[in-house]
Amino acid sequence: MKIFATDRDGKEIEIEGRDGWTIMEMLREAGLPITAECGGACACATCHVYIDPEWVAKLNPATDMEVDMLDMALAVQPNSRLSCQLTCSEELDGLKVTLAPE
Amino acid sequence: MSEQKPIETDVVIIGAGPAGLFAVFELGLLDLKTHLIDILDRPGGQCTELYPEKPIYDIPALPIVTGQELVDHLMAQVKPFSPTFHFGEMAAGLTKLPDGRWKLTTDAGKELIAPVIVIAAGAGSFVPKRPPIPGIDAYEGKSVHYAVRKMEAFRDKHVLVAGGGDSALDWTLNLAPIARSLTLVHHRDGFRAQAHSVNQMRELVAAGKVNFQVASVKALHGADGQLRAATLLGHDKSENQIDVDAFLPFFGLTIKLGPIAEFGLGLNENMIPVDTAKFESEQPGIFGIGDIITYPGKLKLILSGFHEAALMAQAAFHICRPNEKLRFQYTTSSSNLQKKLGVNG
Repeated sequence: MKIFATDRDGKEIEIEGRDGWTIMEMLREAGLPITAECGGACACATCHVYIDPEWVAKLNPATDMEVDMLDMALAVQPNSRLSCQLTCSEELDGLKVTLAPE
Repeated sequence: MSEQKPIETDVVIIGAGPAGLFAVFELGLLDLKTHLIDILDRPGGQCTELYPEKPIYDIPALPIVTGQELVDHLMAQVKPFSPTFHFGEMAAGLTKLPDGRWKLTTDAGKELIAPVIVIAAGAGSFVPKRPPIPGIDAYEGKSVHYAVRKMEAFRDKHVLVAGGGDSALDWTLNLAPIARSLTLVHHRDGFRAQAHSVNQMRELVAAGKVNFQVASVKALHGADGQLRAATLLGHDKSENQIDVDAFLPFFGLTIKLGPIAEFGLGLNENMIPVDTAKFESEQPGIFGIGDIITYPGKLKLILSGFHEAALMAQAAFHICRPNEKLRFQYTTSSSNLQKKLGVNG
C-alpha cells in the first residue's frame, strides 16, 4: 500500500505503507518535518495533518481524546486529524494527507 | 533589575525533567551540590507538561507509572540533597571564566557559577505555540500576547482570544468584564476546557457580553506593532472583520531548542554530541544527558537518561573535587551513602 503526503511547500511524495505503523511514524520515517514531540501519545497536537476531502469519511472517526487535543493544534480545519492516531492498513491504500502549518 | 550576587555551586543543571532530576541524585551521592534551571514553573519537563496522566511502561522495575507519578517519585528521591530550583527561567548565556569555571546567565538576569554544567534540556525550552498568521511576529509583545501579565492592560480594549483550552476560557471569563469587547474564536463549538468555564462563557455569550465565533484568525491588520482589526475565517469560508486592539492566542506550548544552540557545543541536528564514557561535550566541564544528546546507538528513552546521569556524575566529581579520590560505593551497603540519604539510624 502507498500513502501520499504533501509537505508545507506543496510538494507531494509517495510513501510505502507499513501495516500497523501510524501515519505520523511513516511521515517521520520518510523524513518529512513533522514534530510529533510527544512521540505519539496524543498529547501535543504537533503531528497535525489535513486529510484529503475524499478520504475524510473513510477514516475511523477521531476519539474524544483526539478531538480535545486538536484544540491545541494550529489552523484546524474540518478535515484536520492527528496523524499519530491513524494506523496504516490496506483500507488506507492511496490516502492523501497534507502537513498542517506550524 | 537589581544586581544580584552570582550563585556559586558545584553543578548547574539545565532542565528539571527526569534526566536532570536523577542527575541531582547521582551527584548528591558524591556530595556535589546542584542548582537546576527550568523554563516551566514545576519539575518534570515533558513528563508533566505533555503527558502527566499517561502511563509509561518501560521504566525499569516500575511496570506502570504515569508521567506525574514518575516525577513525584524522583522529587522524593532527590529530597535528601536539597537541590535549588530556579523555575520559570531559561538558560540564556554561557561563558568560561578565567579560573576555568563556567558562568551561566538566565533570561531573568541571574548568574550561576560552577565548574560543571549539565545540559538535560530534552528537546529544548517550552514556548507558546505561535499561530501561522502572516506577520504576527510584528505585533508580539505590543498587541499580541501569549500570557496575561496585567489584566488592567486590557481595560476598554477590543480583545480577541483564540483557543479552546483552559487558558483561552479563563481569560475570556476574566477579561470580558473589563474589555470594551471580547471575541472568542475556536475551530469548533466544543471545548477541552473545564465544563464549568465553558458554561460560564456560554452565559456571557447569551447575555451579549462575549462574542463567540467558530472560526480561525486569517489575517491581522494594524501598523507599528499596534493591531486595529482582524479577519476571521469561518468553516463555511465566510470572512468577517472585527476591531481588535489586543490578540491573545492560547494553543499551548511547543518545544524550541532556544539559546543552547549558541553555546558552542558543535550541535549535530540540534543535539549535543558527547562521549559515552563521561557524557561530556566538546567543551570540558559541559556535560549532556537525556534526549538532548547524541552518540552512536543513542536511544531517546528515560532509562537511558538515568544511565547517562550516573556516568556523568563520576566524571563531574573529578572536575569539582580534583584533589579527592572517588570511592565507588553501593547504597545497599554503604553506611556513608545511607547517611546522606537520611535512612541510616
